[in-house]
Amino acid sequence: MSLDLAKTTPATGASPLLQVRDLSMRFGGLLAVDGVQFDVLPDQIFAIIGPNGAGKTTVFNCVGGFYRPTTGSVVLDGQPIHHLPSHRIAQCGLVRTFQNVRLFKTMTVVENLLISQHTQLETGLLAGLFKTPRYRRAEAEALDRAAFWLEKVGLLAVANREAGNLAYGQQRRLEIARCMITQPKLLMLDEPAAGLNPQETRDLDRLINELRAGHGVAVLLIEHDMSLVMGISDRILVMEYGRPIATGTPAEIRSNPKVIKAYLGEE
Amino acid sequence: MSGFSLLEFIQQIINGLTLGSIYALIAIGYTMVYGIIGMINFAHGEIYMIGAYVGLLVITVLGLLGVDSISLVLLATLAISILVTGSYGWTVERLAYRPLRGSPRLVPLISAIGVSIFLQNYVQLGQGARDVSMQPVLTGGWRFGPEGDFQVYLSYMQVLIAVVTVSFMTGLTLFIGRSRMGRACRACSEDRAMANLLGIDTDRVIALTFVLGAALAAVAGVLVSMYYGLVNPFIGFIAGLKAFTAAVLGGIGSIPGAMLGGVVLGLAESFASAYLQTEYKDVVAFGLLIGVLLVRPTGLLGRPDVEKV
Repeated sequence: MSLDLAKTTPATGASPLLQVRDLSMRFGGLLAVDGVQFDVLPDQIFAIIGPNGAGKTTVFNCVGGFYRPTTGSVVLDGQPIHHLPSHRIAQCGLVRTFQNVRLFKTMTVVENLLISQHTQLETGLLAGLFKTPRYRRAEAEALDRAAFWLEKVGLLAVANREAGNLAYGQQRRLEIARCMITQPKLLMLDEPAAGLNPQETRDLDRLINELRAGHGVAVLLIEHDMSLVMGISDRILVMEYGRPIATGTPAEIRSNPKVIKAYLGEE
Repeated sequence: MSGFSLLEFIQQIINGLTLGSIYALIAIGYTMVYGIIGMINFAHGEIYMIGAYVGLLVITVLGLLGVDSISLVLLATLAISILVTGSYGWTVERLAYRPLRGSPRLVPLISAIGVSIFLQNYVQLGQGARDVSMQPVLTGGWRFGPEGDFQVYLSYMQVLIAVVTVSFMTGLTLFIGRSRMGRACRACSEDRAMANLLGIDTDRVIALTFVLGAALAAVAGVLVSMYYGLVNPFIGFIAGLKAFTAAVLGGIGSIPGAMLGGVVLGLAESFASAYLQTEYKDVVAFGLLIGVLLVRPTGLLGRPDVEKV
Protein backbone atom coordinates (compact mmCIF):
# COMPACT_ATOMS: atom_id res chain seq x y z
CA MET A 1 0.00 0.00 0.00
CA SER A 2 1.47 3.30 -0.98
CA LEU A 3 0.48 6.51 0.60
CA ASP A 4 0.10 9.80 -1.15
CA LEU A 5 2.15 12.32 0.82
CA ALA A 6 0.12 15.24 -0.47
CA LYS A 7 -2.92 13.76 1.26
CA THR A 8 -1.28 13.31 4.64
CA THR A 9 0.12 16.80 4.95
CA PRO A 10 -2.29 19.69 4.96
CA ALA A 11 -1.63 22.10 2.14
CA THR A 12 -2.04 25.28 4.15
CA GLY A 13 0.37 28.15 4.35
CA ALA A 14 1.04 28.15 8.11
CA SER A 15 4.19 26.31 9.09
CA PRO A 16 3.46 23.24 11.18
CA LEU A 17 4.20 23.12 14.91
CA LEU A 18 4.81 19.40 14.92
CA GLN A 19 6.15 17.44 11.99
CA VAL A 20 6.25 13.68 12.20
CA ARG A 21 8.00 12.00 9.29
CA ASP A 22 8.31 8.35 8.32
CA LEU A 23 7.93 7.18 11.90
CA SER A 24 8.27 3.49 12.65
CA MET A 25 8.77 1.53 15.82
CA ARG A 26 9.85 -2.07 16.04
CA PHE A 27 9.66 -4.20 19.17
CA GLY A 28 11.79 -7.24 18.43
CA GLY A 29 9.99 -8.95 15.55
CA LEU A 30 6.88 -6.81 15.78
CA LEU A 31 6.58 -3.73 13.61
CA ALA A 32 4.12 -1.83 15.82
CA VAL A 33 4.13 1.39 13.82
CA ASP A 34 5.15 1.76 10.21
CA GLY A 35 5.50 4.86 8.03
CA VAL A 36 3.39 7.29 10.00
CA GLN A 37 3.58 10.94 9.06
CA PHE A 38 1.48 13.94 9.89
CA ASP A 39 1.67 17.63 10.71
CA VAL A 40 0.00 19.50 13.52
CA LEU A 41 -0.46 23.24 13.00
CA PRO A 42 -0.30 25.75 15.84
CA ASP A 43 -3.80 26.06 17.39
CA GLN A 44 -4.93 22.85 15.74
CA ILE A 45 -6.75 20.02 17.48
CA PHE A 46 -5.49 16.86 15.86
CA ALA A 47 -6.83 13.41 16.69
CA ILE A 48 -5.45 9.95 16.06
CA ILE A 49 -8.09 7.23 15.95
CA GLY A 50 -8.16 3.58 15.04
CA PRO A 51 -9.24 0.16 16.28
CA ASN A 52 -7.55 -1.35 19.33
CA GLY A 53 -3.98 -2.36 18.66
CA ALA A 54 -3.62 0.01 15.72
CA GLY A 55 -0.48 1.56 17.23
CA LYS A 56 -1.93 4.89 18.36
CA THR A 57 -0.35 4.82 21.79
CA THR A 58 2.98 3.74 20.31
CA VAL A 59 2.93 6.79 18.02
CA PHE A 60 2.15 8.87 21.07
CA ASN A 61 5.01 7.41 23.04
CA CYS A 62 7.43 8.05 20.18
CA VAL A 63 6.33 11.65 19.72
CA GLY A 64 6.39 12.31 23.47
CA GLY A 65 9.88 10.90 23.92
CA PHE A 66 8.81 7.91 25.98
CA TYR A 67 10.11 5.57 23.26
CA ARG A 68 12.93 6.24 20.87
CA PRO A 69 11.53 5.56 17.37
CA THR A 70 13.30 2.93 15.26
CA THR A 71 13.24 5.22 12.24
CA GLY A 72 11.81 8.61 11.36
CA SER A 73 11.88 12.06 12.83
CA VAL A 74 9.79 14.21 15.13
CA VAL A 75 10.30 17.94 14.77
CA LEU A 76 8.73 20.42 17.17
CA ASP A 77 8.77 24.05 16.14
CA GLY A 78 11.72 23.47 13.82
CA GLN A 79 13.76 21.51 16.35
CA PRO A 80 14.22 17.73 16.07
CA ILE A 81 13.23 16.20 19.40
CA HIS A 82 13.17 12.43 18.80
CA HIS A 83 16.67 11.97 20.20
CA LEU A 84 16.27 14.20 23.28
CA PRO A 85 15.83 12.88 26.83
CA SER A 86 12.28 13.22 28.21
CA HIS A 87 12.95 16.19 30.47
CA ARG A 88 14.42 18.19 27.57
CA ILE A 89 11.36 17.47 25.41
CA ALA A 90 9.15 18.83 28.17
CA GLN A 91 11.31 21.93 28.30
CA CYS A 92 10.83 22.35 24.53
CA GLY A 93 7.09 22.71 25.10
CA LEU A 94 5.56 19.28 24.62
CA VAL A 95 3.76 17.56 27.51
CA ARG A 96 1.32 14.68 27.73
CA THR A 97 -1.20 12.87 29.86
CA PHE A 98 -1.56 9.11 30.16
CA GLN A 99 -4.38 6.67 29.49
CA ASN A 100 -4.17 5.51 33.09
CA VAL A 101 -3.88 8.74 35.07
CA ARG A 102 -0.34 9.22 36.38
CA LEU A 103 -0.51 11.82 39.10
CA PHE A 104 1.80 11.92 42.10
CA LYS A 105 -0.87 10.33 44.23
CA THR A 106 0.68 10.81 47.67
CA MET A 107 1.34 14.50 47.05
CA THR A 108 -1.30 17.19 47.36
CA VAL A 109 -3.17 18.60 44.40
CA VAL A 110 -1.30 21.89 44.55
CA GLU A 111 2.06 20.15 44.92
CA ASN A 112 1.32 18.27 41.71
CA LEU A 113 1.05 21.64 39.98
CA LEU A 114 4.21 22.99 41.62
CA ILE A 115 6.22 19.97 40.51
CA SER A 116 5.60 20.57 36.85
CA GLN A 117 6.85 24.14 37.20
CA HIS A 118 10.11 22.82 38.64
CA THR A 119 12.23 23.68 35.60
CA GLN A 120 10.83 27.17 35.25
CA LEU A 121 11.65 27.79 38.90
CA GLU A 122 15.24 26.68 38.68
CA THR A 123 17.11 28.95 41.09
CA GLY A 124 19.77 26.58 42.38
CA LEU A 125 20.14 24.61 45.54
CA LEU A 126 21.72 27.31 47.67
CA ALA A 127 18.96 29.80 46.93
CA GLY A 128 16.53 27.14 48.13
CA LEU A 129 18.48 26.42 51.29
CA PHE A 130 18.68 30.05 52.29
CA LYS A 131 15.27 31.03 50.92
CA THR A 132 16.55 34.09 49.11
CA PRO A 133 13.98 36.77 48.18
CA ARG A 134 14.19 35.65 44.56
CA TYR A 135 13.37 32.08 45.59
CA ARG A 136 10.40 33.22 47.68
CA ARG A 137 9.09 35.39 44.86
CA ALA A 138 9.39 32.52 42.37
CA GLU A 139 7.57 30.20 44.80
CA ALA A 140 4.80 32.75 45.29
CA GLU A 141 4.35 33.17 41.53
CA ALA A 142 4.26 29.41 41.11
CA LEU A 143 1.50 29.22 43.70
CA ASP A 144 -0.44 31.95 41.90
CA ARG A 145 -0.22 30.06 38.64
CA ALA A 146 -1.30 26.87 40.40
CA ALA A 147 -4.32 28.68 41.86
CA PHE A 148 -5.20 30.05 38.41
CA TRP A 149 -5.23 26.58 36.87
CA LEU A 150 -7.04 24.99 39.79
CA GLU A 151 -9.76 27.60 39.34
CA LYS A 152 -9.85 26.92 35.63
CA VAL A 153 -10.38 23.17 36.03
CA GLY A 154 -12.60 23.57 39.06
CA LEU A 155 -10.32 22.02 41.68
CA LEU A 156 -9.55 25.02 43.87
CA ALA A 157 -11.67 23.66 46.72
CA VAL A 158 -9.61 20.45 46.92
CA ALA A 159 -6.17 22.08 46.50
CA ASN A 160 -4.74 20.58 49.69
CA ARG A 161 -6.18 17.09 49.33
CA GLU A 162 -3.95 14.17 48.38
CA ALA A 163 -4.22 13.75 44.61
CA GLY A 164 -4.86 10.02 44.95
CA ASN A 165 -8.07 10.69 46.91
CA LEU A 166 -9.76 12.72 44.16
CA ALA A 167 -12.60 11.36 42.07
CA TYR A 168 -11.53 9.96 38.71
CA GLY A 169 -12.85 12.85 36.65
CA GLN A 170 -11.11 15.32 38.94
CA GLN A 171 -7.84 13.42 38.59
CA ARG A 172 -8.11 13.68 34.81
CA ARG A 173 -8.68 17.43 35.01
CA LEU A 174 -5.76 17.81 37.40
CA GLU A 175 -3.54 15.95 34.97
CA ILE A 176 -4.49 18.39 32.21
CA ALA A 177 -3.87 21.36 34.52
CA ARG A 178 -0.49 19.91 35.45
CA CYS A 179 0.43 19.88 31.76
CA MET A 180 -0.98 23.31 30.96
CA ILE A 181 0.86 25.02 33.79
CA THR A 182 4.14 24.39 31.96
CA GLN A 183 2.79 26.64 29.18
CA PRO A 184 3.31 24.03 26.46
CA LYS A 185 3.07 24.60 22.74
CA LEU A 186 1.63 21.13 22.22
CA LEU A 187 -0.54 19.22 24.66
CA MET A 188 -0.89 15.50 24.07
CA LEU A 189 -3.91 13.75 25.59
CA ASP A 190 -4.06 9.96 25.65
CA GLU A 191 -7.75 8.98 25.74
CA PRO A 192 -8.81 11.90 27.91
CA ALA A 193 -12.48 10.85 27.93
CA ALA A 194 -11.85 7.24 29.01
CA GLY A 195 -13.89 6.47 32.10
CA LEU A 196 -15.76 9.78 32.09
CA ASN A 197 -19.55 10.03 32.13
CA PRO A 198 -21.34 11.95 29.33
CA GLN A 199 -21.55 15.15 31.38
CA GLU A 200 -17.84 15.01 32.23
CA THR A 201 -17.07 14.34 28.56
CA ARG A 202 -18.99 17.48 27.55
CA ASP A 203 -17.04 19.47 30.17
CA LEU A 204 -13.81 18.07 28.77
CA ASP A 205 -14.84 19.07 25.26
CA ARG A 206 -15.42 22.62 26.47
CA LEU A 207 -12.12 22.66 28.43
CA ILE A 208 -10.06 21.53 25.42
CA ASN A 209 -11.64 24.18 23.21
CA GLU A 210 -10.97 26.79 25.86
CA LEU A 211 -7.32 25.77 26.15
CA ARG A 212 -6.86 26.16 22.43
CA ALA A 213 -8.73 29.46 22.21
CA GLY A 214 -7.45 31.07 25.40
CA HIS A 215 -3.95 29.68 25.73
CA GLY A 216 -2.84 29.10 22.16
CA VAL A 217 -1.97 25.48 22.63
CA ALA A 218 -2.18 22.85 19.93
CA VAL A 219 -3.70 19.55 21.00
CA LEU A 220 -2.83 16.07 19.79
CA LEU A 221 -5.16 13.42 21.12
CA ILE A 222 -6.01 9.76 20.96
CA GLU A 223 -9.64 9.03 21.65
CA HIS A 224 -12.22 6.29 21.28
CA ASP A 225 -15.24 8.45 22.04
CA MET A 226 -16.32 9.29 18.47
CA SER A 227 -18.75 12.02 19.50
CA LEU A 228 -15.89 13.87 21.21
CA VAL A 229 -13.41 13.31 18.38
CA MET A 230 -15.77 14.30 15.56
CA GLY A 231 -16.98 17.37 17.39
CA ILE A 232 -13.66 18.74 18.52
CA SER A 233 -11.00 17.84 15.96
CA ASP A 234 -9.76 19.94 13.08
CA ARG A 235 -8.00 17.00 11.50
CA ILE A 236 -8.00 13.29 12.12
CA LEU A 237 -5.46 10.57 11.34
CA VAL A 238 -6.85 7.05 11.14
CA MET A 239 -4.56 4.10 11.80
CA GLU A 240 -4.96 0.38 11.33
CA TYR A 241 -2.39 -2.36 11.97
CA GLY A 242 0.33 0.18 12.66
CA ARG A 243 -0.17 2.04 9.39
CA PRO A 244 -1.94 5.28 8.56
CA ILE A 245 -4.97 4.67 6.34
CA ALA A 246 -6.46 8.16 6.07
CA THR A 247 -6.05 11.77 7.12
CA GLY A 248 -8.59 14.54 6.80
CA THR A 249 -11.28 16.66 8.37
CA PRO A 250 -13.98 14.91 10.43
CA ALA A 251 -16.39 15.12 7.48
CA GLU A 252 -13.87 13.55 5.11
CA ILE A 253 -13.03 10.80 7.59
CA ARG A 254 -16.68 9.97 8.20
CA SER A 255 -17.25 9.31 4.51
CA ASN A 256 -13.93 7.61 3.74
CA PRO A 257 -14.61 4.03 2.56
CA LYS A 258 -11.27 2.72 3.97
CA VAL A 259 -12.15 4.02 7.41
CA ILE A 260 -15.65 2.59 7.29
CA LYS A 261 -14.15 -0.74 6.27
CA ALA A 262 -11.63 -0.66 9.13
CA TYR A 263 -14.29 0.09 11.71
CA LEU A 264 -17.26 -1.87 10.41
CA GLY A 265 -15.61 -4.61 8.38
CA GLU A 266 -16.41 -5.48 4.76
CA GLU A 267 -19.72 -6.80 3.56
CA MET B 1 14.74 -3.91 94.19
CA SER B 2 12.25 -2.46 91.72
CA GLY B 3 13.96 0.95 91.84
CA PHE B 4 17.24 -0.70 90.93
CA SER B 5 15.86 -2.32 87.80
CA LEU B 6 14.10 0.87 86.77
CA LEU B 7 17.40 2.76 86.78
CA GLU B 8 19.04 0.03 84.79
CA PHE B 9 16.13 0.11 82.37
CA ILE B 10 16.60 3.86 81.90
CA GLN B 11 20.29 3.32 81.28
CA GLN B 12 19.49 0.82 78.53
CA ILE B 13 17.10 3.29 76.94
CA ILE B 14 19.84 5.94 76.91
CA ASN B 15 22.36 3.53 75.39
CA GLY B 16 19.80 2.24 72.91
CA LEU B 17 18.82 5.72 71.75
CA THR B 18 22.48 6.64 71.22
CA LEU B 19 23.12 3.57 69.13
CA GLY B 20 19.77 3.97 67.37
CA SER B 21 20.60 7.56 66.35
CA ILE B 22 23.69 6.35 64.55
CA TYR B 23 21.81 3.53 62.81
CA ALA B 24 19.04 5.92 61.82
CA LEU B 25 21.45 8.44 60.28
CA ILE B 26 23.02 5.74 58.12
CA ALA B 27 19.68 4.07 57.35
CA ILE B 28 18.34 7.24 55.72
CA GLY B 29 20.96 6.91 52.97
CA TYR B 30 19.77 3.39 52.14
CA THR B 31 16.13 4.30 52.20
CA MET B 32 16.38 7.47 50.09
CA VAL B 33 18.36 5.79 47.34
CA TYR B 34 16.00 2.82 47.36
CA GLY B 35 13.00 5.14 47.27
CA ILE B 36 14.20 6.82 44.11
CA ILE B 37 15.99 4.21 42.03
CA GLY B 38 14.90 0.99 43.72
CA MET B 39 18.44 -0.10 44.34
CA ILE B 40 20.22 -1.13 47.53
CA ASN B 41 23.44 0.84 47.68
CA PHE B 42 25.64 -1.74 49.37
CA ALA B 43 28.59 0.63 49.32
CA HIS B 44 26.80 2.96 51.74
CA GLY B 45 28.44 1.37 54.82
CA GLU B 46 31.82 2.19 53.31
CA ILE B 47 30.74 5.77 52.73
CA TYR B 48 30.01 5.97 56.46
CA MET B 49 33.43 4.47 57.20
CA ILE B 50 35.07 7.18 55.08
CA GLY B 51 33.07 9.79 56.98
CA ALA B 52 34.42 8.37 60.25
CA TYR B 53 38.02 8.45 58.96
CA VAL B 54 37.71 12.02 57.75
CA GLY B 55 36.19 12.95 61.11
CA LEU B 56 39.01 11.37 63.07
CA LEU B 57 41.61 12.96 60.82
CA VAL B 58 40.15 16.45 61.12
CA ILE B 59 39.77 16.18 64.89
CA THR B 60 43.38 15.02 65.25
CA VAL B 61 44.68 17.84 63.05
CA LEU B 62 42.60 20.42 64.92
CA GLY B 63 43.99 18.99 68.18
CA LEU B 64 47.55 19.41 66.91
CA LEU B 65 46.75 22.97 65.90
CA GLY B 66 45.62 23.60 69.46
CA VAL B 67 41.94 24.26 68.75
CA ASP B 68 40.18 23.30 71.96
CA SER B 69 36.72 24.78 71.67
CA ILE B 70 34.34 21.83 71.46
CA SER B 71 31.73 23.58 69.35
CA LEU B 72 34.35 24.81 66.89
CA VAL B 73 35.88 21.34 66.57
CA LEU B 74 32.44 19.80 66.09
CA LEU B 75 31.29 22.29 63.46
CA ALA B 76 34.54 22.20 61.49
CA THR B 77 34.70 18.42 61.60
CA LEU B 78 31.09 17.98 60.53
CA ALA B 79 31.48 20.51 57.72
CA ILE B 80 34.66 18.99 56.31
CA SER B 81 33.49 15.40 56.67
CA ILE B 82 30.15 16.15 55.02
CA LEU B 83 31.92 17.88 52.15
CA VAL B 84 34.46 15.12 51.56
CA THR B 85 32.07 12.22 52.12
CA GLY B 86 29.36 13.90 50.05
CA SER B 87 31.73 14.11 47.12
CA TYR B 88 32.54 10.42 47.53
CA GLY B 89 28.81 9.70 47.40
CA TRP B 90 28.43 11.81 44.26
CA THR B 91 31.45 10.22 42.57
CA VAL B 92 30.34 6.67 43.33
CA GLU B 93 26.91 7.37 41.84
CA ARG B 94 28.44 9.01 38.78
CA LEU B 95 31.02 6.31 38.03
CA ALA B 96 29.47 3.08 39.28
CA TYR B 97 25.68 3.49 39.05
CA ARG B 98 24.69 6.10 36.49
CA PRO B 99 26.23 4.26 33.52
CA LEU B 100 24.18 1.20 34.54
CA ARG B 101 20.84 2.99 34.69
CA GLY B 102 18.24 1.06 32.74
CA SER B 103 20.05 -2.26 33.10
CA PRO B 104 18.49 -5.13 35.11
CA ARG B 105 18.32 -4.60 38.87
CA LEU B 106 21.00 -7.14 39.65
CA VAL B 107 23.67 -5.27 37.69
CA PRO B 108 23.92 -2.10 39.84
CA LEU B 109 23.68 -4.32 42.92
CA ILE B 110 26.81 -6.21 41.88
CA SER B 111 28.45 -2.89 41.02
CA ALA B 112 27.61 -1.65 44.54
CA ILE B 113 29.24 -4.69 46.13
CA GLY B 114 32.28 -4.03 43.93
CA VAL B 115 32.44 -0.42 45.07
CA SER B 116 32.16 -1.56 48.68
CA ILE B 117 35.14 -3.94 48.34
CA PHE B 118 37.08 -1.30 46.43
CA LEU B 119 36.56 1.37 49.09
CA GLN B 120 37.51 -0.97 51.94
CA ASN B 121 40.77 -1.85 50.27
CA TYR B 122 41.44 1.67 49.11
CA VAL B 123 41.22 2.97 52.69
CA GLN B 124 43.31 0.03 53.88
CA LEU B 125 46.05 0.93 51.40
CA GLY B 126 45.99 4.56 52.38
CA GLN B 127 45.49 4.30 56.14
CA GLY B 128 46.58 0.78 57.03
CA ALA B 129 44.40 -2.10 58.14
CA ARG B 130 44.85 -1.58 61.88
CA ASP B 131 42.65 0.38 64.24
CA VAL B 132 43.32 4.09 64.27
CA SER B 133 42.49 5.74 67.56
CA MET B 134 42.48 9.17 69.15
CA GLN B 135 41.97 10.83 72.49
CA PRO B 136 38.32 11.42 73.32
CA VAL B 137 37.33 15.01 72.60
CA LEU B 138 34.42 15.27 74.96
CA THR B 139 34.55 13.45 78.28
CA GLY B 140 32.42 13.42 81.37
CA GLY B 141 28.71 13.30 81.98
CA TRP B 142 25.97 13.25 84.57
CA ARG B 143 25.19 10.55 87.10
CA PHE B 144 21.74 10.04 88.51
CA GLY B 145 20.64 7.74 91.33
CA PRO B 146 21.59 6.79 94.87
CA GLU B 147 25.24 6.84 95.91
CA GLY B 148 26.86 3.39 96.10
CA ASP B 149 24.08 1.74 94.11
CA PHE B 150 23.47 1.45 90.34
CA GLN B 151 23.65 4.91 88.85
CA VAL B 152 22.35 6.03 85.49
CA TYR B 153 25.19 7.54 83.50
CA LEU B 154 24.43 10.03 80.76
CA SER B 155 27.60 11.21 79.05
CA TYR B 156 27.90 14.62 77.41
CA MET B 157 28.78 12.78 74.23
CA GLN B 158 25.47 10.90 74.27
CA VAL B 159 23.60 14.18 74.61
CA LEU B 160 25.66 15.62 71.78
CA ILE B 161 24.82 12.62 69.57
CA ALA B 162 21.12 13.06 70.29
CA VAL B 163 21.16 16.81 69.63
CA VAL B 164 23.16 16.54 66.40
CA THR B 165 21.03 13.67 65.13
CA VAL B 166 17.74 15.40 65.88
CA SER B 167 18.89 18.63 64.23
CA PHE B 168 20.02 16.92 61.04
CA MET B 169 16.84 14.85 60.84
CA THR B 170 14.71 17.94 61.34
CA GLY B 171 16.71 19.68 58.64
CA LEU B 172 16.24 16.78 56.24
CA THR B 173 12.51 16.54 56.98
CA LEU B 174 12.07 20.25 56.28
CA PHE B 175 14.15 20.01 53.13
CA ILE B 176 12.16 17.08 51.75
CA GLY B 177 8.81 18.46 52.84
CA ARG B 178 9.15 22.14 52.04
CA SER B 179 11.84 22.87 49.49
CA ARG B 180 11.57 22.73 45.75
CA MET B 181 14.31 20.11 45.36
CA GLY B 182 12.70 18.09 48.15
CA ARG B 183 9.44 18.18 46.26
CA ALA B 184 11.26 16.93 43.17
CA CYS B 185 12.75 14.10 45.27
CA ARG B 186 9.29 13.03 46.43
CA ALA B 187 7.94 13.19 42.90
CA CYS B 188 10.82 11.07 41.61
CA SER B 189 10.35 8.49 44.30
CA GLU B 190 6.69 8.15 43.38
CA ASP B 191 7.03 8.04 39.58
CA ARG B 192 10.44 8.80 38.13
CA ALA B 193 9.45 8.48 34.46
CA MET B 194 6.55 10.89 34.93
CA ALA B 195 8.73 13.40 36.78
CA ASN B 196 11.13 13.21 33.86
CA LEU B 197 8.31 13.85 31.37
CA LEU B 198 7.35 16.95 33.32
CA GLY B 199 10.80 18.36 32.79
CA ILE B 200 12.61 17.36 35.98
CA ASP B 201 16.21 16.35 35.42
CA THR B 202 15.97 13.07 37.33
CA ASP B 203 19.71 12.38 37.08
CA ARG B 204 20.30 15.50 39.14
CA VAL B 205 17.74 14.45 41.71
CA ILE B 206 19.36 11.02 41.98
CA ALA B 207 22.80 12.58 42.43
CA LEU B 208 21.38 14.83 45.14
CA THR B 209 19.91 11.80 46.90
CA PHE B 210 23.30 10.13 47.00
CA VAL B 211 24.96 13.28 48.30
CA LEU B 212 22.33 13.75 51.04
CA GLY B 213 22.63 10.11 52.10
CA ALA B 214 26.42 10.36 52.18
CA ALA B 215 26.24 13.61 54.17
CA LEU B 216 24.12 11.98 56.87
CA ALA B 217 26.43 8.94 56.90
CA ALA B 218 29.33 11.39 57.39
CA VAL B 219 27.53 12.88 60.40
CA ALA B 220 27.14 9.36 61.80
CA GLY B 221 30.80 8.66 61.10
CA VAL B 222 31.98 11.80 62.87
CA LEU B 223 29.80 11.09 65.90
CA VAL B 224 31.01 7.50 66.12
CA SER B 225 34.66 8.44 65.89
CA MET B 226 34.14 11.03 68.63
CA TYR B 227 32.18 8.52 70.76
CA TYR B 228 34.48 5.50 70.48
CA GLY B 229 37.67 7.27 69.36
CA LEU B 230 38.43 4.28 67.17
CA VAL B 231 38.06 3.47 63.46
CA ASN B 232 39.27 0.81 61.04
CA PRO B 233 38.51 0.13 57.37
CA PHE B 234 35.99 -2.59 58.22
CA ILE B 235 33.57 -0.73 60.48
CA GLY B 236 31.39 0.03 57.46
CA PHE B 237 30.39 -3.56 56.90
CA ILE B 238 28.57 -4.34 60.12
CA ALA B 239 27.28 -0.79 60.58
CA GLY B 240 25.98 -0.82 57.02
CA LEU B 241 24.28 -4.17 57.57
CA LYS B 242 22.63 -2.93 60.76
CA ALA B 243 21.52 0.33 59.17
CA PHE B 244 20.15 -1.56 56.19
CA THR B 245 18.23 -3.75 58.64
CA ALA B 246 16.91 -0.60 60.30
CA ALA B 247 15.77 0.75 56.92
CA VAL B 248 13.95 -2.46 56.03
CA LEU B 249 12.48 -2.70 59.53
CA GLY B 250 11.06 0.81 59.26
CA GLY B 251 9.85 0.25 55.69
CA ILE B 252 12.41 0.76 52.95
CA GLY B 253 11.76 3.91 50.92
CA SER B 254 10.25 5.75 53.88
CA ILE B 255 12.42 8.38 55.58
CA PRO B 256 10.47 8.50 58.88
CA GLY B 257 10.55 4.70 58.68
CA ALA B 258 14.36 4.69 58.59
CA MET B 259 14.48 6.98 61.63
CA LEU B 260 12.03 4.79 63.56
CA GLY B 261 13.71 1.57 62.41
CA GLY B 262 17.11 2.85 63.60
CA VAL B 263 15.80 3.72 67.04
CA VAL B 264 13.89 0.43 67.43
CA LEU B 265 16.93 -1.55 66.39
CA GLY B 266 19.23 0.37 68.75
CA LEU B 267 16.87 -0.19 71.68
CA ALA B 268 16.47 -3.89 70.86
CA GLU B 269 20.23 -4.40 70.79
CA SER B 270 20.74 -2.48 73.97
CA PHE B 271 18.10 -4.46 75.89
CA ALA B 272 19.39 -7.74 74.50
CA SER B 273 22.93 -7.02 75.68
CA ALA B 274 21.69 -6.04 79.13
CA TYR B 275 19.03 -8.62 79.85
CA LEU B 276 20.31 -11.58 77.88
CA GLN B 277 23.98 -11.59 76.98
CA THR B 278 26.00 -9.27 74.77
CA GLU B 279 26.41 -12.12 72.28
CA TYR B 280 22.65 -12.19 71.75
CA LYS B 281 22.30 -8.63 70.55
CA ASP B 282 22.68 -9.45 66.86
CA VAL B 283 20.39 -12.46 67.21
CA VAL B 284 17.70 -10.23 68.71
CA ALA B 285 18.27 -7.47 66.13
CA PHE B 286 17.94 -9.71 63.10
CA GLY B 287 15.27 -11.85 64.78
CA LEU B 288 13.23 -8.67 65.20
CA LEU B 289 13.68 -7.93 61.50
CA ILE B 290 12.43 -11.38 60.51
CA GLY B 291 9.50 -11.10 62.92
CA VAL B 292 8.39 -7.70 61.60
CA LEU B 293 8.74 -8.77 57.99
CA LEU B 294 6.62 -11.87 58.62
CA VAL B 295 3.80 -9.79 60.07
CA ARG B 296 4.25 -6.63 57.98
CA PRO B 297 6.29 -7.30 54.83
CA THR B 298 6.39 -3.58 53.99
CA GLY B 299 8.08 -2.72 57.31
CA LEU B 300 6.71 -0.56 60.10
CA LEU B 301 5.93 2.59 58.07
CA GLY B 302 6.32 1.30 54.50
CA ARG B 303 3.62 1.57 51.90
CA PRO B 304 2.70 -1.45 49.83
CA ASP B 305 4.46 -1.32 46.49
CA VAL B 306 2.26 0.54 44.03
CA GLU B 307 1.84 -1.26 40.76
CA LYS B 308 3.59 0.77 38.09
CA VAL B 309 2.40 0.28 34.55
